[in-house]
Amino acid sequence: MTDTVTHAEQSPEQPQPFAELGLKPDEYQRIRDILDRRPTSSELAMYSVMWSEHCSYKSSKVHLRQFGEKAPATDALLVGIGENAGVVDIGGGWAVTFKVESHNHPSFVEPYQGAATGVGGIVRDILSMGARPLAVMDPLRFGPLDAPDTRRVLPGIVAGIGGYGNCLGLPNIGGEVVFDESYLGNPLVNALCVGAMRHEDIHLASARGVGNLVVLYGARTGGDGIGGVSVLASETFSEGGPTKRPSVQVGDPFMEKLLIEATLEVLHAGLVEGIQDLGGAGISCATSELASNGEGGMHVWLDRVLLRDQSLSPEEILMSESQERMCAIVTPENLDAFLALCGKWEVEAVVIGEVNDSGRLTVDWHGERIVDVPPRTVAHEGPVYERPYHRPPWQDALQADGPDDLPRPSSAADLRSTLLAMVAAPNLASKSWITSQYDRYVLGNTVLAQPEDAGMIRIDEVTGRGVAISTDCNGRFAKLDPYEGARLALAESYRNVAASGAVPLAVTNCLNFGSPEDPEVMWQFAEATRGLADGCLELGVPVTGGNVSFYNQTGGTPILPTPVVGVLGVIDDVDRRTPIAWGPDGELVYLLGDTRDEFAGSEWAHHVHGHLGGLPPVADLQRERLLGEILVAGSRDGMLTAAHDVSDGGVAQALVEMALRSGVGARVWIPDGIDPFVLLFSESAGRAVVVVARTEELRFTEMCAARQLPAYRIGVVDSGLGPDAGYDAGTQVLQVGDLFTVTLDELAVAHEGTIAALFAS
Amino acid sequence: MSPRVGVVTFPGSLDDRDAARAVRIAGGEAVALWHGDDDLHGVDAVVLPGGFSYGDYLRCGAIARFAPVMASLVDAAKGGLPVLGICNGFQILCESHLLPGALTRNDSLHFICRDQRLRIEDTSSTWTADYAAGQEIVIPLKNGEGGFVADERTLDMLEGEGRVVARYLEVNPNGSRRDIAGIRNERGNVVGLMPHPEHAVEELTGPSTDGLAFFTSVLNSLVASS
Repeated sequence: MTDTVTHAEQSPEQPQPFAELGLKPDEYQRIRDILDRRPTSSELAMYSVMWSEHCSYKSSKVHLRQFGEKAPATDALLVGIGENAGVVDIGGGWAVTFKVESHNHPSFVEPYQGAATGVGGIVRDILSMGARPLAVMDPLRFGPLDAPDTRRVLPGIVAGIGGYGNCLGLPNIGGEVVFDESYLGNPLVNALCVGAMRHEDIHLASARGVGNLVVLYGARTGGDGIGGVSVLASETFSEGGPTKRPSVQVGDPFMEKLLIEATLEVLHAGLVEGIQDLGGAGISCATSELASNGEGGMHVWLDRVLLRDQSLSPEEILMSESQERMCAIVTPENLDAFLALCGKWEVEAVVIGEVNDSGRLTVDWHGERIVDVPPRTVAHEGPVYERPYHRPPWQDALQADGPDDLPRPSSAADLRSTLLAMVAAPNLASKSWITSQYDRYVLGNTVLAQPEDAGMIRIDEVTGRGVAISTDCNGRFAKLDPYEGARLALAESYRNVAASGAVPLAVTNCLNFGSPEDPEVMWQFAEATRGLADGCLELGVPVTGGNVSFYNQTGGTPILPTPVVGVLGVIDDVDRRTPIAWGPDGELVYLLGDTRDEFAGSEWAHHVHGHLGGLPPVADLQRERLLGEILVAGSRDGMLTAAHDVSDGGVAQALVEMALRSGVGARVWIPDGIDPFVLLFSESAGRAVVVVARTEELRFTEMCAARQLPAYRIGVVDSGLGPDAGYDAGTQVLQVGDLFTVTLDELAVAHEGTIAALFAS
Repeated sequence: MSPRVGVVTFPGSLDDRDAARAVRIAGGEAVALWHGDDDLHGVDAVVLPGGFSYGDYLRCGAIARFAPVMASLVDAAKGGLPVLGICNGFQILCESHLLPGALTRNDSLHFICRDQRLRIEDTSSTWTADYAAGQEIVIPLKNGEGGFVADERTLDMLEGEGRVVARYLEVNPNGSRRDIAGIRNERGNVVGLMPHPEHAVEELTGPSTDGLAFFTSVLNSLVASS
């Protein structure tokens, strides 16, 4: 029997499974207070998914406010936090929208579909702003490379990202792949999408205009993903619990491709008053948010929803997270034209509701009223928690346990073998086995893709205007000091974008943490958001939106706090981009910035010693800003032929990647007064390796001197070092001072071998 | 007037804009053709672009073959209309029996995207005339089902008649028999190629501009014959 509103009024004491749906007793009571009766089972379903941590941000809201309160003054932001994705003005009449989201829990449970639908979901977010999706990136984190469960989840996740993105026709231009013990029971799959539109094409999710129609279009609604946001994404996994595979959605990238083309056609034809994608919480989310943002009222005939499975109950239809669906608000006059364009792309569409000014969201099921609620209480006025937090008692001991006493390589031979071990370390090794499974060419506008510092795409084929994006986070730094760790993640991402030649403009983030009910995790979260907000203010780049993923822990051990930061920059002409590969013989290699003895949280301490302790590197954001300005000016004025940010693995890793990318060797020397080991492997922030043509050297160094940015000449590109080093002529060699030489072939074998050896079939 | 080259969009075509861009850069006029329209709109040549037509469901190219546009295209190709099928387009040409053989799952079982070195083996086709015989080029390759297979007799025939248009060098990325990357029909107007020349027409976005000659070849031949 259907649980109607009338029935609910008549049976106030009927027990309801709110706890199984993820609601706390006081939250359930609050729903009863709002409605002044018990909710129907359909209403309970809607509230449970919309009030989940994933949808309501109930634990994070009070902290996320800082991104607005501390936002730097900027006129670049066209649409800010709160919409499906933020929109940034990049000039020339172009607007760009970008966002990163997590799909961690589904990807752990069902790697292929979890990762695939993560891509699909973020692409629909971008589409629903009115933008054509143009590229994707994927920051990924796994347990140790050789752990059995990593071998289970990694190939599936990579195949899922590739399988969905490739079939959708979006180039994958970058991201991260990081391995750490803490992610073993909880891999992180974050997905970023960027899209572009003309200013006049920006669309928002609101249901305006009494009498306008609510059209659901795309794939049919099925029984997949029920409770994805509540049961799956907002709880901690426990050993031996029931399988949660049914809560994972199943993706169909072909349908998503048709949905993109159909949506862009109806938008450009001016047939849409408001639009919303269906992702987490499905129809519950789309109808309540559209109504809440618009006139405030909507009526839905739920039995009109096209189903894949006719046996679905109304509660299931409301909660289903079936993929590849969109919801549009269309005037009655435009309906036929709207349906015709959907028909052209073979996309099914059906009117499921109507906008009204009742102030209520009402839903009928075969003529019976099953939902009657104020939509704002579902979509925007959910619970808000000031979760208790405190600095973990172990934090002081962790920070006191610095890396100074770790044995360091002292002899030249030790330094050489350390270099070879480091470039082969899982976190520093080439990720080409993974990235070669992603199409980076489709759409024909990819200017830079992995392993470059940032992904860069051309937006305007006539003027060459384009954007660059990087995502970064060192979770070890964030564990040592969440405030500084978040600022360092921002600094690295900002630096990567500037190194490519683009001016950093805006920030998105994906804040991956453990359980918010653990006060120590909550402290990490509070500190990280405070650090990120302060950092964005200092660098003058606003946060445009983002995503919070809590409950990333299995049992009592949370993941490293992992605030992934994505920075977007604009470049007037992508022809001016700066790649990481250096040019021909004779070009000069400069190190910009100060190198300090900073190894806490470094890859060296992690890989060689398995050590984590001390205080992370200094994050001097004024210095980052200056460095960024120098890198951008060097690109714009044609002074730099290459640039590479210095971060994980230090200067050594930067030099090796530049050499391998170009296939040409170099002579490097150690400046006076600095320890070779520190120069090669320290992870001080605010640095970049740049390559300058001899004809530009004076102009460049004078600019650095005038702006007071330290610049040290540390090398020269040289393809002829083979014979002197005892190799055949033609052998490409990296010579490090008078300490050691190593051939590019040796480096390539070490760098390329690690991941391929484990996974290549 | 520059020759008009049609680019067909099927549901799930992905590289149609890229193919049209390559046509324009080569100096032609790109004309969008729709799968559901059997009118070729008087184009002088046709590119079947890469992608996942119909999601690659059933079998790559197997559903696209029955699109209304294909009926007209098969007739026109038999009459000499130049047709280039790239990647999914190659798969559609094989499914349509305009070219022999079939494309199967990569031997690595993974989708692969890489800059691929090829040798142009045959310059008598309408699409490769601007290359030098034996010329080596580097263009992107990206496929999940690119392994070319045919029976030994067919392979011998293709080799004997000089119908292998391009061959993989250094690495055979997908297990294709005899390293075959592309073939042509007997007449030379229909070419199927697994790698993507349309992604190698600008220094800025491609590994080279080596792919451009596929498009200039057909345009030059059309100008010469007009």
